[in-house]
Amino acid sequence: MTGQEWKFTSKEIAEKPELFLSGHRACAGCGPATVLRLIMKATRGPTIVTEATGCMEVASSIYPYTSWGTPWLHTAFETVAANASGIEAALKALKKKGRLKHAHVDVIAIAGDGGTYDIGFQALSGAVERGHDFLFVLYDNEAYMNTGIQRSGGTPLGAATTTSPAGTVVPGKLEHKKPIAEIMVAHEMPYVATASPYYWRDLIAKARKGLEVEGPAFLHVFAPCPRGWRTEPAKTIEYSRLAVETCVFPLWEAVDGKYSLSIPSRVFARAPEKKKPVTEYLKGQGRFRHLFMPQNKALLETIQRLTDEKWLKLLKKCGEATVSEPASSSS
Amino acid sequence: MKKVNSHVLALNGDEAVAYAVKQSDVDVVAAYPITPQTIIVERFSEYVANGEVQTEFVCTESEHSALAACLAASLTGARAFTASASAGLALMHEMLFVTSGCRAPVVMAIANRALSAPLNIHGDQSDTMAQRDSGWIQLYAENVQETYDTVIQAFRIAEDTDVLLPTIVGLDGFTLSHTLENVRVLPDEAVRAFVGTRKFIEVLTHEDKTAPFRLDPDYPMTMGPIALPNYYFEFKRQQEEAMSQALTTIRRINAEYSQLTGRSYGDGLVEAYRLEDAEVAVVCLGSTAGTVKAVIDALRLEDVKAGLLRIRAFRPFPVEQVRKLLQNMKAVAVMDKSLSFGGNGGAVYHETRHALYDADAHPRIVNYIYGLGGRDVSPGEIRQVYNDLQNVARGQLAEKSVRYLGLRE
Repeated sequence: MTGQEWKFTSKEIAEKPELFLSGHRACAGCGPATVLRLIMKATRGPTIVTEATGCMEVASSIYPYTSWGTPWLHTAFETVAANASGIEAALKALKKKGRLKHAHVDVIAIAGDGGTYDIGFQALSGAVERGHDFLFVLYDNEAYMNTGIQRSGGTPLGAATTTSPAGTVVPGKLEHKKPIAEIMVAHEMPYVATASPYYWRDLIAKARKGLEVEGPAFLHVFAPCPRGWRTEPAKTIEYSRLAVETCVFPLWEAVDGKYSLSIPSRVFARAPEKKKPVTEYLKGQGRFRHLFMPQNKALLETIQRLTDEKWLKLLKKCGEATVSEPASSSS
Repeated sequence: MKKVNSHVLALNGDEAVAYAVKQSDVDVVAAYPITPQTIIVERFSEYVANGEVQTEFVCTESEHSALAACLAASLTGARAFTASASAGLALMHEMLFVTSGCRAPVVMAIANRALSAPLNIHGDQSDTMAQRDSGWIQLYAENVQETYDTVIQAFRIAEDTDVLLPTIVGLDGFTLSHTLENVRVLPDEAVRAFVGTRKFIEVLTHEDKTAPFRLDPDYPMTMGPIALPNYYFEFKRQQEEAMSQALTTIRRINAEYSQLTGRSYGDGLVEAYRLEDAEVAVVCLGSTAGTVKAVIDALRLEDVKAGLLRIRAFRPFPVEQVRKLLQNMKAVAVMDKSLSFGGNGGAVYHETRHALYDADAHPRIVNYIYGLGGRDVSPGEIRQVYNDLQNVARGQLAEKSVRYLGLRE
């Protein structure tokens, strides 16, 4: 699989017909909408999409309208991986019995962080354990945005949401973001990767790899939400870049459990001085505004320290041994 | 249609379900084990392991996912089956509505079992009765033979293009699921011919093309969308219309099956036993009917004009048949193997009374809650019900119209 070469030039990508169509009701600057459009550019043939309840499901399927150029199914919030299991099993059975027109049909399951980290996790874990051949795309906007910005297992430490508000005593969410992609690697599945829409070519290539791999693939995509993050709609892609440049959201992939750093993040492994402080990413986001108040200085420092520690752990996993210590941790 | 030769196998209810599913050209079975259903998936796993079926068998991590997988498989064009009971069915609750709302003709066997708490693995019908408004057809079998026959019929009923509704086949936990009976089974090819392959209604896609109603990359279709107040109501009205259609389809399939096998179950919706000249009647579902019939035969020798109305289709509820068949009784006892807490009686009682409201005559009607948590109901107790009914018929309606049978109080 690693030998595959994709000629995803800008021209080719632009010319490929859209499968996630315009006219949906997503907000201005919606990260997930951009992500889905890019994901659908990676398809290689007949594809069935299934989607969990959430922002993109609601925004794209308001009856009698649809934004989907492929067959598409939504059933419930926590069921998208189980749906994918059923679709894949049906395709296999129909093929065995000679009742399937197509030689192969790809299955893509899409969910937000709520439908992946939290309520959908059991179905996801089960489907991956059973080895169904499908690509699971997590568009991670780091809270339950569709219901009005409630914290999820994917909400980062310190973020203010409507159920983890920054108050006079509690400074936003007190818990860490669950390392969902690494949890998926621990399932010993063939392909896991992280991606960000700023690095769109990397994102599309990873989605394509996920489709081509035999068995389950998991793609964790960073997807800023201007409404929920209290950011300017025009800065969605900028934050998608800063998250990678600060190593808050490093880009990597794990093929058959073997980790490797993706090119956009490798830069910061090889030249640590280019790595930006997390404040570059946090500032300007309303959900983190309280962190810049004097009383929360320690929490801000904790976020930097934890980001560095996680980055170092990741470098080890990726075999990036050339960098021993980040500049920030030496006295 | 010519009757086919059948041969006899010794099967318990669960095995009979698995055997019927094996013969019905099912594409996807997704299920999760739960007593007293488990033998169904165990036997079916053996068919898979021995290459006796081409079915994709998906051992899911929960009943919720089992039904979600069956629903998605069904909408992809597969014939899909699952089985559950009790807590498993309760866990599926959300997906029951989604499955019927998506008009996916999934068939599910339920080995009827009590709901917790306290934990109890034995038979009653609380599990399916709690799901009576979920948009599924519900058929209840009296014995293992009928269980086998009904599973085969269920695929035809669910997939009928006038119906397209998921269907539950209920068999009483342990009483049927684990009890060995001689079952006349059809040859594989006869079942396969009877169930046929799935037919699809033609619908208009958003690209203005006419296409079969399924997830097909050649005809992109959006299924399970969000529908706001301007459309949702019409979807629900169509489901109710499909339920009305099912009243006709269930009868038709019962008649067709009878031509093939010589076996029929009343008109498919209800079965009347010695009811024509009866004065007092019991109404019940499932295996209890067998005991009631035996008691009736004994009572008839004593010149008691006893009869039975067994409801085979609880959803759709055969209001018209129930009214016609019961309105001339002097007294009716409805037996409920579940309890609608605070609702003054059980669900079958409520619906039977409701059916009789518009009748020309109104029999006196009482309710017996019985058998909860698998408590056995004896012929002696059924006889007591008929004794009570004779008093009720004479106008001696006890102080309570809702009574408990076989209960310590």
